[in-house]
Order: sequence, then C-alpha cells, then structure tokens
Amino acid sequence: MNTTQERVAAGPNASAAVWAQRLWPWVLGAGVVVVMPVIFTSSYAITLMSHMGVMIVFALSYNMLLGNTGLLSFGHAVYFGLGAYTAMHVLRYIQATGFGLPIELIPLVGALAGLFFGIIFGSVSTRRAGVVFAMISLGIGEMVHASAHIFTGFFGGEAGLFGNRTVPSSLFGVDYGPGIAVYYLVMVWTLLAAVAMYLLRQTPLGWMANAVRDNPERAQFVGYSPQMVRFFQFALAATFAGLAGGLYVLVDEIVTDETVGMIQSGTVLLSAYIGGIGSFFGPVLGAILVVFLEGELSDITDAWLLYFGLLFVLVVMFAPQGIFGVLTQQFFAWRAGSWRGSLGPRLYGVASLVVAAIGVVAVIEMAYHYFRHWNPAEPMALFIFEVTVTGPMPWAVALTVAVAGLAAYVGHARPMLRRAMGGGGR
Amino acid sequence: MSARTALALKGVTKNFGRAEIIRGVDLEIRENERHVVIGPNGAGKSTLFHLISGRLQASSGSIQLFGREIDGLPPHRINRMGLSRSFQVTNLFQNMTVMENLRCALLWSQGHKYAFWKRVTSQQGVTQRAEELLERLHLSEKRDVPASLLSYAEQRALEIGATIASGAQVLLLDEPTAGMSRTEADDMVELIREITTDCTLVLVEHDLGVVFNLADRISVLVYGEIIASDTPEAVRANAAVQEAYLGTEAH
Repeated sequence: MNTTQERVAAGPNASAAVWAQRLWPWVLGAGVVVVMPVIFTSSYAITLMSHMGVMIVFALSYNMLLGNTGLLSFGHAVYFGLGAYTAMHVLRYIQATGFGLPIELIPLVGALAGLFFGIIFGSVSTRRAGVVFAMISLGIGEMVHASAHIFTGFFGGEAGLFGNRTVPSSLFGVDYGPGIAVYYLVMVWTLLAAVAMYLLRQTPLGWMANAVRDNPERAQFVGYSPQMVRFFQFALAATFAGLAGGLYVLVDEIVTDETVGMIQSGTVLLSAYIGGIGSFFGPVLGAILVVFLEGELSDITDAWLLYFGLLFVLVVMFAPQGIFGVLTQQFFAWRAGSWRGSLGPRLYGVASLVVAAIGVVAVIEMAYHYFRHWNPAEPMALFIFEVTVTGPMPWAVALTVAVAGLAAYVGHARPMLRRAMGGGGR
Repeated sequence: MSARTALALKGVTKNFGRAEIIRGVDLEIRENERHVVIGPNGAGKSTLFHLISGRLQASSGSIQLFGREIDGLPPHRINRMGLSRSFQVTNLFQNMTVMENLRCALLWSQGHKYAFWKRVTSQQGVTQRAEELLERLHLSEKRDVPASLLSYAEQRALEIGATIASGAQVLLLDEPTAGMSRTEADDMVELIREITTDCTLVLVEHDLGVVFNLADRISVLVYGEIIASDTPEAVRANAAVQEAYLGTEAH
C-alpha cells in the first residue's frame, strides 16, 4: 500500500496516467452514487442508501483513530450523537425563528459540535494509548449516554427530538421533502468528507499518526509528542463523526439517546473492523455491509444479531485484515498469477465452506423457531423446505450438512489448497 | 576543537527504589567531540543515556544541553533542543519504508509540525534532504523496502540516519555495532565517521577496537561512577581503569 501511495503521489507535475490512477476510485464512487437510485427506486432503498452514506463517514472517522493512530475507542458515538443533537437543535431553531442557515450547511453544525466535544474529551483521553485510552473512551461514552436521561432539555428525554428538514431554505432552491433529494445531499457530503479524510492520511499529521501507532518512542526522538499527535487526530476524527451525525439528522429527522449510546459505538467499531482497518476503503465496505445487513437481514430472520456477531468473530479470528483486505489480497494474488493451478481447490474450498454455512444457518434458524415461537410444533419455512422442528430428522440433516461441509474443508479442501499453492499461504 | 560545552552533567544520580544505579556522575562533553562511554556490564551506561535523553528522570543533579537545563523534560522537547539518540535494540517505524522513515524523521526539524493541510510527499525540502541522506547511508537501493525487511546492519544504519535527520547536533548512540561481524562493525564505524562530521557524538560501546578507533575522549563508568574521563592514550595508561575495567575485561 505504501509503495503505491508513493508512486501515486508523485507531485504536482504528475502525468495524466498518474492522475487517472489517483482519481479512478473516486470517479467510480461518484458513478455508483448516481446510478444506484436509478436501479433501486423505492423510498425504503433510498433511505437505506442514505444511511450507508452516513455510516461511511462515521466509519471512516472511526478508522482515523483505530486504523491510523492505533486508538481503540468504545465511545465514538458520543461525537456522532452530540453532533446530531446540536444539528437538530439548530434545525429546530430555524423552524421556530426562521433564522437563515441553509439546510445544506446544517451538517457543518454537527461537525463543529463534534470538534468542540472532541477537543474537550480528547484533551483528557489521549494522554495514553492502549488500554487506558479504551477504558476512558468507554467511561466517557457511558457518562454522555447517562446524561441524556438527566439533561432532558438538550436530549429530549425518552422520545428524543424531532425536526422538519423542509423548513430551512436551500442554497440551490432544492425541495428536500423527497428522500432522493436528501440522498444526493448526503452523498455529496460523504464524498467530500471521504476525500478530505483520504488526503489527511498523506499530511505530516497523518504520517506521524502512523508513526505514533507503531513506535511512540521513536516518534518522540524525531521531535513529536505522541499525545499531541493523538489529540489532533482525535479532534479531527470527532469532527467527521459530528458531520456524520449532522447528516443523520437530515435523513431521519429524529434524534434519540441511542445515537450517543454504546450500541452505536459498537456498530461503528464493527463496521470499520469487518471492512478492514488496514486500508482506507475497508471501512467504506464495512459500513455499506453493516447498514445493509441491519436493514435487510433483520427482515429475513430474527437471529440477525447473532449472524452479525458470528461474522464479526469470524473476521477477527480468520481475517483480521478485514473483508476488503481479503479481497485486495486475493485480487493481487490473482493478478500475480498465483491462482493458476489452484483455481479448482479454491472453488472446492469455498464450496465446502458454503455447505457448512448452510448447515449452521439451518441449525440456528431451527433453534430460534424451537425456543422463540409460541408453538414450536408449527411447521417453519427453511430455505426452500418446510420443516417441523419438534422431530429429530431436520436436526440430524442440518447437523450432518454442517459437519460434512466443515470436515470436507478442514480434512480435504484446505490440505489440497495448501499443496496446490506449494505449501505456503494460509 | 571548539571550547563550547555541548552536554554537561553535574552530580547526576538515579535510584530505583534503594538501588543506586548512577551515583553522582559529572561529565562534560565539548561541542563536536566524539566521546565514548565504556564500562563493564551493569555499570549504568544505558541508564545514563536514558537520563540524558529524557526517558528517565534523574533523582538529583543537573543535565544541561548547550547551557540549558533538560532534566525532567519529555523526550520530544529534548529532541527539539538538538539531541537525538539511537537504541541498543533497533528502534524504527518497522511498517514504513526506508524513505518513509527518513521523511518522518525530517518532518519536525523542517518545521512541518502537526500540519494537516499539506501533503508530505509534496514537501520538496523534506524529499531532497531524505534523498541526500539515503545516498550518504548507502541505502538508495533500498528506498522503498519496509524497514522490517532490511538486514540488521542496514537497520542500524537507517536508525542512525533517522537520528541525524531529526536535525540534532548531539547524538547519543547506544552500542551501534552490537551484534555485528567485524567487517559490518568496521563499515558502521566508517559510516558514523562520514555522516557525523559536524555533530557532537556520545557513544556507548563494548567493542574496544571501535572505541579506540573512534573516540576523541573516553569516559569510564564503573558502578555508577565515572572513574576516568580523558584521551584514549591517557585512559589506556590509567591505573584505576586498568584495574577496574581493562584488566578484567580485555585481553
């Protein structure tokens, strides 16, 4: 990654080819943004995609801490939520007084609030990295969430706060009633924020953040205070988290105390990690995937949180570089030609794992039906079958499929894959 | 040789609990001299370096860099005042390439501080100085190799390069030739000679060949005290040194 970065960042007199190489991910991203609402036109899909934009900004800001600076935060939602609440208060103020801040700039209010609270909480929490930082972030997260129930004037109590995004004026005369208009507004901000965060990685601060993550002592002996580097990164990450909160207000027009809560802090950690914290675009993929799963999987199955947790555990255990990391690894392996001669075993390995997964899913679904349904004896739909989970047969079949798939992978496909790749590889 | 004092230690002590590791060290190092600290294992040489570089705080006494008190300051502040160090164990940004390591080491001294509004690779000053250093360290061919993949000797060379890059006038090198073969050690000494021409150099070293080859002056540290601080010839002739150190360790 670093060598590509060097090559890509060749300086102001870079050739057109270098510019093309530098810009294509962004052009591709912008293209996807424009095309998606043409394909998925339902208002549900538009809202889902707007949420993806919000989560992309949020997850990227989280990765400024975890991936770039090595700071594991359990309370990043504080800045998201406080940004959202502040933006909501400004929105409500506009509603009440007709004050003239245009709606396009309301996310900036969230960003400023994120910066403000990032400076306050960052100054106490970035003295130390590691466990101490993680614990303080947890404490601040709990503290802010608890104060949501105490300062009900600001946080709106149980019900939260509502606003109406159609009231403020628009810079461009756009009516933000329809979801599609907000979608484009969110995406413009998402792209701007993503480009900004991408460029931040290439600045002296961004470099020294990596340096402090890897070796704080060496960083001190080239003149940098690790605490100050962490603090600046933290304040900037909080700013972008606040921006994400401001965007969230425009999409949902409601803010509740959940936005500052532990679950939100956990979700952003999961998004960044599942996507991959080692690369810039990892959290983007993670955010899209997590929002999609939250929206779609919860419609299909009651056990969606369990699958979500399983996915996280599997990524942590077997692919710590994240899904995006695995994909890029495989892409480069394929381009380097190391797929040649091992394509068969690779497909076999994937197939055996898919079979195992189907078995596991069947067991989980049946267990959920058995323990959660008011009448376990009632037949349930499972894939294309209809099964009655009170009998032993479906269980035997599902367990057999799961075990057979896993056994085929561990006992046969994996050794075969290793041989095909010349003993190396994973 | 300039008469200005680069580094002055007066009555420096360091206790860990009841254990006295440094027991009243007085040391004056003149500008642009190459000063080697020798002494048997456990004499407190590394502790002395930790005290000077700010990793540890002295229990009493004063440490001055160009006449300014530095004891009690954090390492990055001491570094900005013109002192840098290398470590006994290689201490680099392992995930970064050789070039990136040098760039990081140059950023502060080139005045870029915590800037987040300009790109590192667009800073011509930094790039130029880094290329220059790359050349002088004989690492040009390893420009884009991650530091962790360099050979041991190359890592040590890069570390010294990073130490110099930070713009320091006083360099503390903790056993720069430790664990090297004879030829590697000789190359390293040659490199140190080449690239530290206008720096004050303080070394801890075990290899007596290196010591007498490189040193303008030698200080002998035994059980937390300096028992001699003089030219190599005088130290060689010093009876107390022969008894305490050379007599038991060398030959």
